[in-house]
Amino acid sequence: MTTHKDDKDIGTTGHSWDGIEELNNPLPRWWLWTLYGCIVWAVVYTILYPAWPMVSGATSGVLGWSTRGAVAEEIAAVDEAQSGLRAELEATDLNTLAANEPLHRFAVQAGGSLFANNCAQCHGAGAAGAKGYPNLLDDDWLWGGQIEQVAYTIRHGIRNEDDPDARYSQMPAFGEILTRPEIDTLVAHVQSLSSGADPLAGAGGEMFSANCVACHGEDAKGNRDMGAPNLTDAIWLYGSDTATLTTTISKARFGVMPAWGLRLDEAEVRALAAYVHQLGGGEATTEE
Amino acid sequence: MGHKAAELYGNRTMTNPTQSLYAARLPIFPRRVSGYFRRLKWALMLVTLGIYYLTPWLRWERGPDMPDQAVLIDLANRRFYFFMIEIWPHEFYFVAGMLVMAGLALFLFTAALGRVWCGYACPQTVWTDLFILVERWIEGDRNARVRLHEAPWSLHKWRLRISKWVVWLIIGLLTGGAWVFYFTDAPTLLRDLASFSAPPVAYMTIAILTATTFVFGGFMREQVCIYMCPWPRIQAAMMDEDTLTVAYRDWRGEPRGKGLRRRAAAEAAEASIRAAGPQIGPRSPVIPMPGRPAMPSAPVLTEHKGDCIDCNACVNVCPMGIDIRDGQQMACITCALCIDACDEVMEKTGQPRGLIDYIALSDAPKEAAGDQPKSVWRHVLRARNLIYAGLWSGIGIALIFALFLRPDVEMTVAPIRNPTHVVLADGTIRNAYDVRVRNKQGTEQIFHVSLDHADLIITVEGSTSDKIAIPADSQGQARVYVDAPAGSHLATHARSDLRLWVTDQETGERAAVDTNFTGKDDE
Repeated sequence: MTTHKDDKDIGTTGHSWDGIEELNNPLPRWWLWTLYGCIVWAVVYTILYPAWPMVSGATSGVLGWSTRGAVAEEIAAVDEAQSGLRAELEATDLNTLAANEPLHRFAVQAGGSLFANNCAQCHGAGAAGAKGYPNLLDDDWLWGGQIEQVAYTIRHGIRNEDDPDARYSQMPAFGEILTRPEIDTLVAHVQSLSSGADPLAGAGGEMFSANCVACHGEDAKGNRDMGAPNLTDAIWLYGSDTATLTTTISKARFGVMPAWGLRLDEAEVRALAAYVHQLGGGEATTEE
Repeated sequence: MGHKAAELYGNRTMTNPTQSLYAARLPIFPRRVSGYFRRLKWALMLVTLGIYYLTPWLRWERGPDMPDQAVLIDLANRRFYFFMIEIWPHEFYFVAGMLVMAGLALFLFTAALGRVWCGYACPQTVWTDLFILVERWIEGDRNARVRLHEAPWSLHKWRLRISKWVVWLIIGLLTGGAWVFYFTDAPTLLRDLASFSAPPVAYMTIAILTATTFVFGGFMREQVCIYMCPWPRIQAAMMDEDTLTVAYRDWRGEPRGKGLRRRAAAEAAEASIRAAGPQIGPRSPVIPMPGRPAMPSAPVLTEHKGDCIDCNACVNVCPMGIDIRDGQQMACITCALCIDACDEVMEKTGQPRGLIDYIALSDAPKEAAGDQPKSVWRHVLRARNLIYAGLWSGIGIALIFALFLRPDVEMTVAPIRNPTHVVLADGTIRNAYDVRVRNKQGTEQIFHVSLDHADLIITVEGSTSDKIAIPADSQGQARVYVDAPAGSHLATHARSDLRLWVTDQETGERAAVDTNFTGKDDE
């Protein structure tokens, strides 16, 4: 101890409990000055930075710093840092994107964030879709699963009125054309297609060839140019039970997707395409 | 306070309200001392500072893509290198284990030898010792420093003070400089620091550590131990009456005398006083020490004289400025310099050494009664210490085993649960897994993913094969698809067990993880 005092020389605070007393050792003086220093620091700090609550909001501080400003700066810094990659992504041929490992990784990561913000509302956070909203993880594509086709779908959307280049097709509501028993026959026939039945055989086949082959094809495998689904596979956008198929055939479906090219920039659309393409069902580009 | 308490504990008075509530630090001027413990402390200072300053410069060959620094905490790449050992973040239990061992070692040493950490190995003690050495070298020993302290500011005083501060600052700079070398390649960083192209955080760290070394070693010193450090409190709780600690044999030293020659002179004077008849009043005025209140000294003449001659050598050499003769106290760091100082004096006065010594408190009454104390080994090898040592070595052995049992290939598998499965166009059921593979080797390795089901198809996203390439000393992630054909057992059952393997193509080393396959549960 620096005081060199025997305990007896030090007074007490007067506090005593069961004969145990509290000695009143003096504080080190530097400790007191540290406290004063902290108080001065605190006052200066509240002048420099937002601090004092007022009627509407707090004092803004002479440095003009704010948490929102700090976030905006960070975002600007990240945008600045990414601008090269974004420009490169816009300039790259999507078909060769996967070969450019760092750029592809950037596109997929960015696409994942964009997907969560813009696409997950309908297609689900895991991209598994829902009734009426296609599952993007499987290998079945209404309008094509090559990366450029996916990008086109994202850019222009489906059956929307905002973009003249939107993918467009419309199935007639056969409830106004066919009778109810005819529709029942057709439903049964379409249900049988998944298990390999001949699309043109039997009574159902006759009706199929009269009404459906124009879009779905004689082999019932659909037509991607028209967004006509493949009826022979295991995947049903709305469901394959009798009630659902009856509704689909008699009233027709008209699923709409917005034109994301009007809301996102080209690099973002391409990033989304890269993300969706690597979810498991992406198709390799074939020469047209 | 009641009467009984007053009888038991004495009557203390309340502090006078006008008394100041804070006090300035009383400067301490430790005197030079030589002896066994001083030599031991010099040696330990050499070893500890040598380890601290030189370790980052040791090299260790690991391969072309790996750092060659023997001890490196690579925060950016999340690796810790210690000679042949490399620790990944998921192996943090090694660090935890080492910290537990450090804690147990502290328990062991404190239980056996008191605050031996504080007195010999604590950085605060070692650097303060070094700073006091510099101070003595520039300003002289205790008496010269006391004179300089009391002298008015003059050119001479400024010159000495500034040269002392400059040397302290250089030591602080080297200390802060050495610290940053542990976190990145030392030769590269030194070049960058010299050319002012090192990252700002390096300069900031050096500046902060230079400042703390300078202030703590030069000015705060014992205040750090008394007011800032939690160890003294904790360590006091880990000592017991069998702990060997620095203490004063008061039964031998008291009442304090004046030394043989002075005693003879005093006795002669006393004889003349006695011849003159009885007297009242103080007989031996005490020489006041700077910054210390006068102490009442024992009467010169008693029937039995203690060995302590009240020369204050133990107080003068103490870096904490305490008097060990007051007994055990929180401010004592047991640096043992008072033992050396007292032994020197005992030798000069022709008395046995060890008036101040490493003593166990349980031995004090025995020694005072003239009995033989317990041997040092019986103090050290007691149950408490053996349990600490057992735990310490147990954890150490377990860590060494764990170190050599670490696999070179490790894998974790996270099944994708959103969605649990995907139906493909042909009715195949697909499950997806995020597979992380750690390649702990110094070269890129190709890993082959496989299953123990023959009818399943395995594919790696973005690849046409079932192979994953992982760069040297890193972790790679791949999405692996497992497809069960329509109608197969796995496709038609809600949940099946599945074991995924990765095999290092080159070394053949394998790792497996058990997981699940989710099939279509409505069929």
